[in-house]
Amino acid sequence: MNRSRLTGQRLAATFLLGCVLLNYPLLFLFNRGTDLFGIPLLYAYIFLAWAGLIALMAWVIEHRSD
Amino acid sequence: MLQAWFIALVSFAYLGVLFAIAWYGDRRADAGRSIIASPTIYALSLAVYCTTWTYYGSVGRAAATGIGFLPIYLGPTLMMALWWFAMLKMIRIAKANRITSIADFVAARYGKSQLLGGLVTVIAVVGVIPYIALQLKAVSNSFTILLHYPEIVMPARAAALPLLQDSTFYVALIMAVFTILFGTRHLDATERHEGLVAAIAFESVVKLLAFVAVGIFVTFGIYDGFADIFARASLVPKLDALMSFSGNYSSWASLTFLSMAAIMLLPRQFQIAVVENVNENHLGRAVWLFPLYLLLINVFVLPIALGGLLHFGGGSIEGGVDADTFVLTLPMVHQQQALALLVFIGGLSAATGMVIVETIALSTMICNDLIMPIMLRWEWLGLSRSTDLSWQLLSIRRWAIVIILMLGYLYFRVAGEAYALVGIGLISFSAVAQFAPVIVGALYWKGGTRSGALAGLSAGFLVWGYTLLLPSFAKSGWLPSDFMELGLFEVTLLKPQQLFGLTGLDEIAHCLFWSMLANIGAYLGVSLLRQPNAREAGQATLFVDAFRGAQAPTGARFWRGSAQVRDLLPLIGRFLGPERAYEAFNQYARQRGVASVDELVADANLVLYAENLLSGAIGSASARVMMASVVQEEPLGLDEVMNILDEASQVRAYSRQLEQQSRELSAATRDLRAANERLKELDRLKDDFMSTITHELRTPLTSIRAFSEMLRDDPRTGLDERKRFLGIIVAETERLTRLINQVLDLAKIESGQAEWHTIEVDLRDVVLQSVDATSQLFKERDIELEVKLPPAVAPIPADRDRLIQVMINLLSNAVKFCVPGVGSVVVRLRQAGHELCVDVADNGPGIPKEDQAIIFEKFRQGGESSDVLTGKPQGTGLGLPISRQIIEHFGGRLWVESGTEPGKAGATFSFSLPLRTVRRNKAEEERA
Repeated sequence: MNRSRLTGQRLAATFLLGCVLLNYPLLFLFNRGTDLFGIPLLYAYIFLAWAGLIALMAWVIEHRSD
Repeated sequence: MLQAWFIALVSFAYLGVLFAIAWYGDRRADAGRSIIASPTIYALSLAVYCTTWTYYGSVGRAAATGIGFLPIYLGPTLMMALWWFAMLKMIRIAKANRITSIADFVAARYGKSQLLGGLVTVIAVVGVIPYIALQLKAVSNSFTILLHYPEIVMPARAAALPLLQDSTFYVALIMAVFTILFGTRHLDATERHEGLVAAIAFESVVKLLAFVAVGIFVTFGIYDGFADIFARASLVPKLDALMSFSGNYSSWASLTFLSMAAIMLLPRQFQIAVVENVNENHLGRAVWLFPLYLLLINVFVLPIALGGLLHFGGGSIEGGVDADTFVLTLPMVHQQQALALLVFIGGLSAATGMVIVETIALSTMICNDLIMPIMLRWEWLGLSRSTDLSWQLLSIRRWAIVIILMLGYLYFRVAGEAYALVGIGLISFSAVAQFAPVIVGALYWKGGTRSGALAGLSAGFLVWGYTLLLPSFAKSGWLPSDFMELGLFEVTLLKPQQLFGLTGLDEIAHCLFWSMLANIGAYLGVSLLRQPNAREAGQATLFVDAFRGAQAPTGARFWRGSAQVRDLLPLIGRFLGPERAYEAFNQYARQRGVASVDELVADANLVLYAENLLSGAIGSASARVMMASVVQEEPLGLDEVMNILDEASQVRAYSRQLEQQSRELSAATRDLRAANERLKELDRLKDDFMSTITHELRTPLTSIRAFSEMLRDDPRTGLDERKRFLGIIVAETERLTRLINQVLDLAKIESGQAEWHTIEVDLRDVVLQSVDATSQLFKERDIELEVKLPPAVAPIPADRDRLIQVMINLLSNAVKFCVPGVGSVVVRLRQAGHELCVDVADNGPGIPKEDQAIIFEKFRQGGESSDVLTGKPQGTGLGLPISRQIIEHFGGRLWVESGTEPGKAGATFSFSLPLRTVRRNKAEEERA
């Protein structure tokens, strides 16, 4: 069984995207005193980015062609 | 008040449920109907990653560092995206080589080295035993706290209790029994523990539900949602600080890296992800489902931490309530007895899951990579006398399990509340992260050698011990703290946590930097000192090229020698048990299509098969030693291995070439088939053409012959009659000549042999001359002709006579189809864009849509003009096809527009010829 190349590349891209989103410096742009609907901005951002990554991975995996 | 016996009863009932699940899972597996053959179960079992360190410890960490607990779960999320490649490869390699532990994996890759396997085992045991101690401590502490319900009493120092009154001791014992029952029923560890995996997956659900239940209770029961908790916490300056990031960036990055390594390399993760994997396709869903699990179990961590801090105040260990216990104590202070019990069970789940899997993994490593090599070396005589060692192997594993848990308990007794236990999660992660360079090298680099791996692992392990483990001992007060503050031998540069004066990093990042530097540096440096030897090169190929599919190399290529089935079978039998060995050989014989084991030929494939069987039981390095003792082997030199590899790559190249050629061949076949179809079609057309043309020729011939015979045979025919007959004969002969001329003409044009006299032609002249030539026809039939010409048009390159031929054809067609007396034909010349266009419009009956295409085919004519006498249309049916060929030769188009409705009837034949070429020529002339 050969795994679809496109799926692999998409996952690798997701990994890179996650590394950028959840690290310095992007992460710390959100490190400020404001909040989003009462939830500290940083905390909300991390969980939203995290959920987004998971959704992306789920999409890539469940739409693979092999 | 919860009684101890009640808590114990619930705990045992829970363990009983686990055992029932495991038993059921094993039974179903034996019956061939696995209950764990699902990607969801696989993803859930991976959540063995979440131990009590997550369950209780995350809240503690969040209470101390805010979002600092998150990288431990973000790292695995990121890593899962790469599992698609990396873990898939590890699974394939492990399945192909019957690898049962991470120590075996490393040992097998670097030339089946017993020393390397042993070193990995030692690192894993040293790194992980304190982690097991942490689980014991968590269970015992939560038990003690729950026992004092509804009072909140922090557990006393465990060391204060005598051994037999210490609940932790019993917890350790029970877990040992449980692990033995779960994990060592069969010998061959590649025969997976399906029941165990089912139980682990169940535990993952329980701990998630329990934790989320507490989260919901705290967030929505005690407080009024997330926003409420955060709003209240922000009023307390100390808590407000937790909601933003105040730590060090390097610690965030290093924790992420550590957890990425841990999710692949922790012995329990390797056990669950690789050894217990049923089907590699299960990886797919795990890629997103496992991160989702991590996300869910972390959503409520910060709210619980903040809620606890708000309720209990400072949360320091000495004064108030330890933040590590908030998960349990928060429900307790709110009198939620059932919830508290559920939390305890959840914690028990987290602890037992981790302890069981980790201990099984470690016991396999200890047995295969520490004890077996020693036994094979020192007690060789004793081993060789025994005919069935499988029972001994099992007891070694069972004792290893007991010893590991007792070591864990011992560590817990000694360390107690000390720092060495609290910080152990990350210390443990840092230890297993030392495997990362050699594993990455194992998967992707063929140049790594055994000495390189040994050097890298030792260097990394030593630096880890010096910069992280020893300081943790010193902080616990077991070592004088002098060397921490002053450095080893009072050399300031050797301060363990400021090695060579490096400051600005926290202890984990500091350790990670120096240990990875030493590890990777030594691994690469020493590996590059020499070429890999024959066995290393062979194993490297098996690992690195594992994805080559059918072309993936097999170990059999690298074996040369002679062996006897009668030697192999007893050897395997001694370790697996005679019956199982015989059964395995029998299965191999069936696969090979050989009638029985006795007829098997002990070739390289069988030797490899036997060695793999043995690897599953005693590890690849020991299996190698045992095999070498019963078969005569000719060691392959490096050159030979290289030749085999070259050969293999040549074979691969040939096979690629063959594939390419076969693709080309099938493409060519496809083209040929299409061409053949086309030829058949043309053949059919030619036959049609022939039959049509003979028919066309026969009609005039028949009439000529008929009239000639009449003239010959009937002398009484009158002169007028004769004249009329002769007139018909002449007319038919002319028709025949015209037909033959046109056929020849068409044949010439189609075959490209026609002569073209291309000159510059004024289309006005062409039109006028054609009209003149046909004016007699118009007069005869009394049809009106109107010519509309522009005053002047640009000349175009064309063959004048050919164009006149086209025009006459169109004009005579128009005449043919017009009703005499009322018919009228309009000829118009106009310029349209870069084209000159000639329209010949009549007011005849028009051409139905369906006929508009076929009138341009040979011998096909519009039906309306049928000759009343013969039923044949007038004309040859070749005029329009020839005209179209002529016009297309000059790059133009010939088409028809027609309506058949009354009032709008009539057909307009038009052709257009491009002006372009002449213009360019003119422009060139002007320039010249």
